[in-house]
Amino acid sequence: MSVEPILKARNLVKRYGRVTALDRCDFELMPGEILAVIGDNGAGKSTLIKALSGAVQPDAGEIWLEGNKASFASPNDARMQGIETVYQTLAMSPALSIADNMFMGRELRKPGFMGKVLRKLDRPEMERIAREKLADLGLMTIQNINQAVETLSGGQRQGVAVARAAAFGSKVIILDEPTAALGVKESRRVLDLIVDVKSRGIPIILISHNMPHVFEIADRIHVHRLGKRLCVIDPKQHSMSDAVALMTGAKEPSPEEMAA
Amino acid sequence: MKKSVLASVIGALALGVAATGAQAETGACLITKTDTNPFFVKMREGAEAKAKELGITLNSYAGKVDGDNESQVAAIETCIANGAKGILITASSTSAIVPSVQQARDAGLLVIALDTPLEPVDAADMTFATDNFLAGELIGEWAKAKLGDEAANAKIAFLDLDVSQPTVGVLRDQGFMKGFGIDLADPNKWGDETDPRIVGHDVTQGNEEGGRKAMENLLAKDTGINVVYTINEPAAAGAYEALKAIGREKDVLVVSVDGGCPGVANIESGVIGATSQQYPLLMAAKGIEAIAAWAKDGTKPQATEGKDFFDTGVNLVTDQPVDGVKSISVEEGKKLCWG
Amino acid sequence: MSNTESFEDVVKTRREENFAEFSSETHGLLGRFHHALHTTPALVPLIVLVSAIAVFGIALGSKFFSPFALTLILQQVQIVGVLAAAQSLVILTAGIDLSVGALAVLSSVIMGQMTFRYGIPPFLAVVIGLAFGTAIGAVNGWLVSRVKLPPFIVTLGMWQILLAANYLYSANETIRAQDIEADAPFLQFLGTKVQMAGATFTLGVFLMIVLILGLAYALRSTAWGRHVYAVGDDPEAAQLSGVNVHRTLMSVYMVVGFICALAGWVMIGRFGSVSPSATTGVIGNIQSITAVVIGGISLFGGRGSIAGSFFGALIVGVFELGLRMAGADPQWTYLLIGLLIIAAVTVDQWIRKVTA
Repeated sequence: MSVEPILKARNLVKRYGRVTALDRCDFELMPGEILAVIGDNGAGKSTLIKALSGAVQPDAGEIWLEGNKASFASPNDARMQGIETVYQTLAMSPALSIADNMFMGRELRKPGFMGKVLRKLDRPEMERIAREKLADLGLMTIQNINQAVETLSGGQRQGVAVARAAAFGSKVIILDEPTAALGVKESRRVLDLIVDVKSRGIPIILISHNMPHVFEIADRIHVHRLGKRLCVIDPKQHSMSDAVALMTGAKEPSPEEMAA
Repeated sequence: MKKSVLASVIGALALGVAATGAQAETGACLITKTDTNPFFVKMREGAEAKAKELGITLNSYAGKVDGDNESQVAAIETCIANGAKGILITASSTSAIVPSVQQARDAGLLVIALDTPLEPVDAADMTFATDNFLAGELIGEWAKAKLGDEAANAKIAFLDLDVSQPTVGVLRDQGFMKGFGIDLADPNKWGDETDPRIVGHDVTQGNEEGGRKAMENLLAKDTGINVVYTINEPAAAGAYEALKAIGREKDVLVVSVDGGCPGVANIESGVIGATSQQYPLLMAAKGIEAIAAWAKDGTKPQATEGKDFFDTGVNLVTDQPVDGVKSISVEEGKKLCWG
Repeated sequence: MSNTESFEDVVKTRREENFAEFSSETHGLLGRFHHALHTTPALVPLIVLVSAIAVFGIALGSKFFSPFALTLILQQVQIVGVLAAAQSLVILTAGIDLSVGALAVLSSVIMGQMTFRYGIPPFLAVVIGLAFGTAIGAVNGWLVSRVKLPPFIVTLGMWQILLAANYLYSANETIRAQDIEADAPFLQFLGTKVQMAGATFTLGVFLMIVLILGLAYALRSTAWGRHVYAVGDDPEAAQLSGVNVHRTLMSVYMVVGFICALAGWVMIGRFGSVSPSATTGVIGNIQSITAVVIGGISLFGGRGSIAGSFFGALIVGVFELGLRMAGADPQWTYLLIGLLIIAAVTVDQWIRKVTA
């Protein structure tokens, strides 16, 4: 391997009582790629993602971020270390504005007395940055940065959530089912957005059940089965039915794929 | 929303106009503890009738619940803002209300405490009330005369108001003792007497339920009780039920204070032997007259001779009159009763 | 509120509108009104307040429209106003606090008893009372946030506990105004009157106004305030986007406890005496919730402004004084306030219906 993975995990184990959700699972994310994670329901894929985003602490195994050993005590901790997750629920406050949501939990304060003593938010600056980030990603379909998130369409909300994840110098973005709740037209826009984020050099982990979407934008596909990585396949050399067959155990992977 | 705002605004307007239409020169306020107790309802009727007769605008206010000082404070402030000439008040909290009363007096209003004196008593310009000690004394004398020689061997139960010993309750209780010929010890509290004829004191909160329970407690102490003093007629009715339950209702003398219509009816039906009747209607009417006089030429009402308040009178009501104690018949009592 | 800022944005976005693809045009007059309410929820109670004052002013004339009567309203609502400020905070987090009134009364009793039973200097007694309120708030907050009990249940229990403790501790003894005036006038500090041109203000009234302004600033312009809204809107989302939900809830309940104790101090100023049987203990919670709801704060959390509940408290005060001055049966006041509550919630539902 010539390039060091940006995020790497080895032998992750997570047990819930007598159920083993992660069974000595390995994982690798290369810089600048979109890695799709697919797997049947109950294969342990969400536990893997939770372990990588800090929502779950593995019982055993190790994680490396940019070659350094890392551990994540909480989603916030993972975020501080550069791993941003866009949850399926988007984790936004519908009644608050786009700018408020983008800066939730990492607000900017005014300099000097107003900020230090009165803890006044630097609203103009936050709005400027929010607008800039949305414009960067071609999301200025949103007319007013102060409008409440609940007034946006599903696709626009997803866009804001992705922009938020991409806005703060993150190293890795995890997208959990970004197109599950969207119609055809909006899904298309979100997929374009994901490719756009990738082109800025931020690697993306994409969890999705939608095979056409996965095969369209993923560089590699991590197939998860029975609590561990079964294989990693190249979408250009495999068909969707191959992937489904691997996922369900109807087909065995070739030895070089196992090694990958 | 717009509609309901409009509706409420119109409602408010209508009420406002109706009230301003009747606005006269002299205004007065009646503030009672609650507006549900018949005693206060009668008081309000008396005040309203007299106000109408004298051409005075009367506004009545009441607390939300018994003991509601906040509403009474707000009511006093409203009277000041309204430019009323005087206030009649039965205070929910006789000491907590004092600063507001002072405020009203400073603003030139005549404040008369009705039924219950304030603490201190001179915090109001005058108190119009029943002489509760006398009310107790009357039923005490009546009970003593009724028993005749047996009075020396009587067994007496006292059904009082509350363990905190409110003034009204103490006055009636101690008045009864004086009338019956019991040594009072400290006249400012009950329970310190040593007379062997006293079986005991218990509290009733002035209602039927409390009266029954207190009577049962004291009967458990001594089944031979033959005289029962009660703080008011509801408590007496409760005590009667307890006596009836053990078949003693015929041979026990029950006496009470108040003179409400159900109480007078209970005398007629033999539940209560005698009661001292007080006159809330008169209290309020006299109060309104005093305010009218104050508004006219600044005359302040005078206390009844020998007392620190204006006595609105009390009568013993019974259909078994005894020699030496002045009383009125049930018929007359019914005409004067309240509630 | 900070109109200048949002004005700027409108101007800016106008310029950028050519980017826009789904520009949602405002739908006529009603749409614009709806939008205005959505962004400024305190507008409705303000309109109601101004019209109520106007109507009573016309109906009752100069008696009502005098500096004396208008400032009297402020004095009469100061306790409910302060409690409503506290209640607003809790309700913004989608909680509810039934113990506010009882906590205010017990705090005032503690301030009084500290001085009169134990001889502690009045200033320290007030500090102890405020600390006590904050501590009770912390207990409520901990039970809600850590033990995950519903706020309704926690504060229903706390309400009863505080009321009982209040009677047990005080033996239901009122400390008389004259005694406080003579021995510990500092306890009545907030009752100090400031007269100007017929208008009467008390320091308690100023305290209420400063408190409302301070909280409005904190909720609008600090990260803490944004977190309070986010937690009320969707606690899970707030947690995932990096808000410390536990710390936010704890801080809210503690601030609420502190404000309730302040209300207790305001009570001593207003009534002069310290009375454990003050009605606020029993109905303060309902009064404050009424003000908050009329003020347009959603009981589902995350929506509304503290200025709204201040207006809500004033609306109730205006109705009460106005109808009382008009000599109407007090039941009319309750009836109208009942109508207002239902109307306010209807408006809230309408505002929540997003027509984007």
